[in-house]
Order: sequence, then structure tokens, then C-alpha cells
Amino acid sequence: MIEFRKDIFADERDDNLNEIGKPTRRQDILGHVTGRSPFYDDHQFEGLLHLKCLRSPHHHARIRSIDTKPAEQMPGVHRIIQGSDVKVNLNTLLSLMNFGEDDEPVLSDKKVSYVGEPILAVVAETERQAFDAIAKIRVDYEVLPHVLDPEEALQPNAPLVNETMPGNAFPYHEKYNHQKLRFGDVEAAFAQADHIVEDRYQMSPIEQAPIEMCGAIAAPETNDRFVCYTSTQALFFSLGTAAKVLDVPSNRLHFIGGTVGGGFGGKVDSLHEPLAILGCMLTGRAVRYAFDRQEEMQVGAPRGAERWYIKDAVMNDGRITARKFTGYFDVGAYTRLSSYAIIKAAGHLPGPYTIPNVYADIYCVYTNRTPATAMRGFGITGVDFAIESHMDQIAHKLGMNPIELRLINSYMDGDMKAHRREAKNTALVECMQVAAEKSGWNIAPDFKAMSSHNGGEGWRSEIPHTVTDTNGQIGNGVPASTVRPATTSIPAYVPSQNPSYAAPPAQPARPVSPPTPQSNVQATPTAPPQASAPASSSTPKRPRVSRFSSISGTRRR
Amino acid sequence: MTMHSGRGFAAINYPIGMNLGGDPSQALVHSNPDGKFTVALSSIDLGQGMKSVTRQIAAETLGIPVADVYVDTADSDTGPHCMGSFASRGTHRVGNAVIEAATEARGVMLEAAAEELEVNPEDLVTDGKGNIHVRGAPSRSITTAEACGVAQFQQGKTVSGRGIFLIPLSDVDPDTGEMTPVSCFAHAALVVDLEVDDMTGEVTVLKMNSAYEVGRALNPRLVEQQLIGGAWMGVSHALYETTEPYYPDRSHGPQDFGSYIMPGPGEVVPHDIAILERPAPDGPFGGKGPGEMCANPVLPAVANAVFNAVGVRITDLPITPEKILRGIKANGGAQPQGIV
Repeated sequence: MIEFRKDIFADERDDNLNEIGKPTRRQDILGHVTGRSPFYDDHQFEGLLHLKCLRSPHHHARIRSIDTKPAEQMPGVHRIIQGSDVKVNLNTLLSLMNFGEDDEPVLSDKKVSYVGEPILAVVAETERQAFDAIAKIRVDYEVLPHVLDPEEALQPNAPLVNETMPGNAFPYHEKYNHQKLRFGDVEAAFAQADHIVEDRYQMSPIEQAPIEMCGAIAAPETNDRFVCYTSTQALFFSLGTAAKVLDVPSNRLHFIGGTVGGGFGGKVDSLHEPLAILGCMLTGRAVRYAFDRQEEMQVGAPRGAERWYIKDAVMNDGRITARKFTGYFDVGAYTRLSSYAIIKAAGHLPGPYTIPNVYADIYCVYTNRTPATAMRGFGITGVDFAIESHMDQIAHKLGMNPIELRLINSYMDGDMKAHRREAKNTALVECMQVAAEKSGWNIAPDFKAMSSHNGGEGWRSEIPHTVTDTNGQIGNGVPASTVRPATTSIPAYVPSQNPSYAAPPAQPARPVSPPTPQSNVQATPTAPPQASAPASSSTPKRPRVSRFSSISGTRRR
Repeated sequence: MTMHSGRGFAAINYPIGMNLGGDPSQALVHSNPDGKFTVALSSIDLGQGMKSVTRQIAAETLGIPVADVYVDTADSDTGPHCMGSFASRGTHRVGNAVIEAATEARGVMLEAAAEELEVNPEDLVTDGKGNIHVRGAPSRSITTAEACGVAQFQQGKTVSGRGIFLIPLSDVDPDTGEMTPVSCFAHAALVVDLEVDDMTGEVTVLKMNSAYEVGRALNPRLVEQQLIGGAWMGVSHALYETTEPYYPDRSHGPQDFGSYIMPGPGEVVPHDIAILERPAPDGPFGGKGPGEMCANPVLPAVANAVFNAVGVRITDLPITPEKILRGIKANGGAQPQGIV
């Protein structure tokens, strides 16, 4: 059942349009329901070859040697592709936007950093022949200690997962080993709070699970070009990535896609196109590289696990006066797009609420697991689970109606957000009112009368006096790994050689809130001190800070 | 065995587009001589309706029936650059690029019509049904097909347009996190009603009531499909899905849909949705992007409803029967909190 509440915000809309707002049938629906829509895998070629990868059985290992000779003799094998065949065998996706450091090989034949990491590829006449040949390849591994927990990975003695990322943390803005958000003074608010509410939340890794699995077919095209049919969610992202790692001019690649059987974020990573094209270049034949379901689930990048600690200062009347986050994004062995999602998360905090003091430290942490990537709600879904669970814990503690608690703290037009921009075009209040009404969840008349238009009064529109710090500083000869992460009660990392998790362990005692390192705290007057006075309405807007490097924190060198 | 009823609430907002900008998308629009238009993109239709919604946007802007437009995507030889279909950027970014391209093409079409009708182009309006006429004088008219025909065969004009939409890249202050993350937000609030079996730990989600604010429902049917599917995904995330059941341990990872648990057709939850539309000032016709955000409120609302039902606060997803039973046991029994 769906209803359109045209009565709400009616004066902000022109509803008399010809085509917009009509339930027009999809342009491509006839093709879809009759099975005629051309997905990438519908483009078959005579003599099509199939590419499969030899994958690491270890979380972390150095590769001493690889013997491919027995595989070369196997039936149907046309080519074995090694890391040395990839012209630029180190890449990071966001380099196409000039951000981040190249940190991931296409084929990793020196060291593997997660179970399932591709070491080399076999091109054969059938997938079965490719797998049979892979089974004959002998790899001599030197197994290395591994780390799978993000907080353990930040410990000084943790194994180094990714050589490009010292300390197992992404360097933000070439300055800190985490992304900071600072607004006001949370510690002062904690000291004056009626209640402190804190907890830890853990988002699970999740598979995007599109019906059509990731893949690409590349074939020689006329005039020395290559055509690539692909399931990508981002055609020029994949084209640019292939052109970069194969070192070919982008106009020699002709990419065709656009009709895709679901993606949910899992088809941005561009793993298949470069190898399919390289296979095609090396064999002169059309080559198909596609995940099977097992690879899709365990090798294809999932939604990453996120761990969030939230600590709130709460008053008896339901006002939240401070909110402090410590977040750990477990991004697996390589960055992919996670460094970006963390900045998105930082800009999203403290959720859709106006809280006068907000603090966040968010770490992009490397561990020896499948790299994480985008998925529906990237950077937001996990922390929203944490925030909205936490709101109910506060309501429970205060004995308040949880919807009324949220309305008390809701953001509205004109409010200052923690990233120091004014909230506009908000509609949270109205959504809560309508959902309460539909479900018969009673809220008091005062709350039914609230409006998103009425924010921005007094302190709500102002940037408070803000305490900043230099915790987690990197560079200046201080390796990031010597900087303690914002947790203290985790024991020093001990590589667990054979962890037994056959039965899930009982909930361990856990640090509910990571204490803040007290060092290097300094009060920086980022706004005039009188901004904290409620009556002040003429606070000048803070001037833009000096330019920093980039969205994902480091400029490519 | 007792079934305990629980009710949970959550409210969220969601940032639209690659959050710091710097993510352009382009569109090209052109007409053939009988007034049929093609929109060339390189954006991806994942099933979310990219082709359909850009087709409606182009038709609305050009002032012609939707049947006179087809969207062609994605071929890198013919479609101009686009960052891709992710980060809720498709409708917002590509939609705006299509408006710009279609506006330019419409301008040429109206110039051609004006020359035929011997009036100023500014005095012409379209009726959305394939006609161009003088404002206030519907009898002085020409069809869009005729206008496109004379433009190309008599006036030597190409009825075409180029569009790009780019929000410039924002800086981020390393010390405070000051930034300009996005230009608009979608919103949602959702109530979940469920039951928890205190013997098996099984959760049965019975009903959802929600309100989603999407800027403008450019195609209400596509919005409905997104929200129904997204709520399904939210339930699945909350109760079932993970590739690593014993995270951070890597063992027992599912390999297929036999072991990767998701709700089946029998677990699709009845869902009453209200759509609110507060147009985004910079959205195409005010549209934001409902696709990504719609799963988000379901996860915490389910967790909150489970607490309301049996007094167990699960903070590690997914909320499996095992975790619920361990929690009930630790509390010395189910502790229903009472339906609000």
C-alpha cells in the first residue's frame, strides 16, 4: 500500500507536470519480461575462451615461487597470465578522480593478503579446463601472521597488511591516521550531563547478491580496438581502470553495458574488465571472465564490517548535548572505495539530529580479509543502525516515547550541522509525524504541531567554540603505527594460528567506549568564543579553511 | 513457548550523490527529422529505472510525449562520460544533465517553430502532446515533428543539446571535518511490528508503516518498487545476512544461497508507505533518490522492536535466533517492554 501525501509541502511543488510524476511503464520492461534484454553474458563469440584465477588459500603469505609448467600442458589451456603481464600492476579505483594511493595489484604474485586474492589467471577453452589447470599449479607459500580484527590491526605490533598503508590505517589528508569531525566540546558536555549513554555496535559484512553475477567479455574489434561487454555499474570507471592498468589509450577500448541485473554497489570495482581484455590481447580470442556464485560471495567485495562506539551526553528532558563516535571501517586488504565512504560517514554525523557538541574519529583499517566495497547505503547504513539503536537506548533510559525523543533532537531548516553547513530542505519531522500517525503510535499534540521550517533559532544555527587536537598525527618521521588507536583495553595483538570458532564464543567483555587519548588536546578558537552564548545571532560564518589535499585524503603523487 | 509482540521505530536522513562532489555526468539529446528524440548516456540501468526516469525527464523538458523519447545507454563510443550508477547519484546527477541537454535541444526546436510561425521563440509554449503554439493562441501552432523536420531539412539546424552536471569538489578540513558534503538529503521514518518466539528465538516481522520523503516522486511506480525492495533488503540485513557469520573469524562463510540466508517470498512484509515530496532546490524537478536510503531505517527499527518484545538489545548484526536466545537466557527470561 502506498499513498502520496500531497498535502505536505504542497506550496513548495508544482504538481501540474506532463510526464513527471506519472507511473510510466519502464522503457525496457518488455525486453526484461520476455528474456530479450541484452545483458553482458548474452554476447557470445565463436571460440570464446574462459578465464579463471588461482586464488590464495591463505589470509597472508609471501609467495616464494610459482611453478606453472604442469598447468601449461593441460588440455585446453591457451595462456597463463602472470602479474608481470599486467603493465601497471598496482591500482586504486579512485585514482581516476586523482585520489588515493595505488595499493592493489591486479594479480598479486609476490604476496597475498586475503583468502581468495588472485595470484594468476588461466585462459582455457572451458571453465572446467581452466580450473583443472589451476589445480596443477604449484605455489610455495611462506605463511605470514595475519590480522582479522580492525582494532587489533591498529596495534603497534600487528602484521602489516598492505605495504602502501603503514600502520594498517589510511592516511587522511596526509596528516592523521583517521578522519576527524570536531564541533564544540564534547568533554565539557559530558561533565554536565544528567546521563551518559554509551554502547558498541557492529555491522556485519554483507554480500550485494545481484542475480546477475559480475563479469565481462572482451573480444578483438576491427581497427586494433577491443570491445568489452560488461556488467559494470560505472562504464567509464571500468574503462578508465582497464586503460590504466593495461597502459592502452582509452579510445582503443570500446565498452558496452548499461543493462545490468542488479548491482547494489558490488559492480563498481572493475576487477573483470582488465583481465578479460588482457586475456583477449594475449590470445587474440574473445575471453570471458565471470565470477561464479562462490566467488561472488567470498571473493567479490562485500559491504564492509563497521564497528561504532557511541557515547552521548543526555539531559533529563531528552536533549542530547554531546555525541562522540569512534568508528572502525574494516576495509579488508585494499582500499577500493572505503576511504571515500568514511568521509561520507563523517559528513553524515551525528545523524539527522541537532546536537551542540559532536566528535568523531573514524579509522579506515586494513585487515587480512576480502576487500570491502560499496553497497547500498555505503558509509551510512552501518552508522544509522548504531545511531538509531542508540536513540532507543536513550529513550529507554529516560522512560520517554522514542519518537518524541527524536523530535526533541530532530534537525530542521536553518540548523548548523556538525560539518559546519546549514541544514536546508529538511523533512525529518514530517516523516516521523506521518509514520507515527500511520502506525497509531501516539505522540503529544506539541510534537504533532512541529514543523521542519522552525529550526535555526539561537544556538541551533551557530558554530560553537571547538576543541581540536592532533591525536593520530602521521608524518614528520612518526610512523602511524606508533600512534595508539583510540582504544586501550584490547590486549596486545597475538597472532592466533588456529582460532577455533566452531561454536560462537560467548560475548566477550568489551570496552564500551574507547577512551580518548588526552595528549595533544588544544582549544582552537575556530569560531569566536561568544558563539556559544545562546543570544548571539550575529556570529560571522567561519572562513573557509585552507585547501587540503582531497576527498580521500591523499593526493596521488 | 510464548510469542512476544514488539514494536520499533527509526528515523533517518540520507545524503544524495557522491558526497563531496567532483562527480560529473553528461547527456546528449538529439532529434531525427520527424521529431523523435534520442537521449545518449553512458549511465547504467541496474533495474532501478535509469532509462525510464531520464526518459520522463527528457520528455518533460522537451515538452513532448514520453513515447517520442528513447534513452540509449551505455556504449562508450556514443554515450558521453558519466561517473556511474552508485551513491544515489543517478537520478540527481544524470537527471540534471538530461535537463540541460534537453533544454538546449528544446531551444532549437522552438527557434525553428518560431521561424515557421513568424513569432518570437519566447512567445511559444509546448502542450506536452506534440504541439507547439503561441501562448494564449492555441490555433497558431505547429507540431513538434514539423518543427524538427523544417529545422533539419529547410533551416539547417541540428535539434540537439549537450548537458553536464557537476557539483564542484569540496575540501575537507583535516582538523574539524568541515566540508560541503552534499546538496540535498532524503528522509524516512519507519515503524516495525514483529513477534519473537522466546523458545526458538525466531523473529517474524508482521508489518511495516513508513514515511519516505523523496523530493519528488518522478515516477511513483518506480519509487514504490524501490521502497518495497529496499525494505525487504533491510529486513534481510537485520535478521539474516552476512558473509562472515563468526566475524572477525573468517570461517563458515556461505558459498551459495543455500547457506546465505535471505527472506523468501513468504517473509515479504506487508508495508504501508506514505510518500512525502519536498523538492530539492537542485534536484531534477526536485527529485532526490529513494533507492539507497530505503533499507536503512529497517535495520535499527527491527533491533528496537526485538528489544521492545523481549528486552534483549542486540548490537551486533544480524539479529539471529541464537543471539536472541543467549540474551533471553542472560536476562533470566524474556522481558517484554510493553507495546507503546
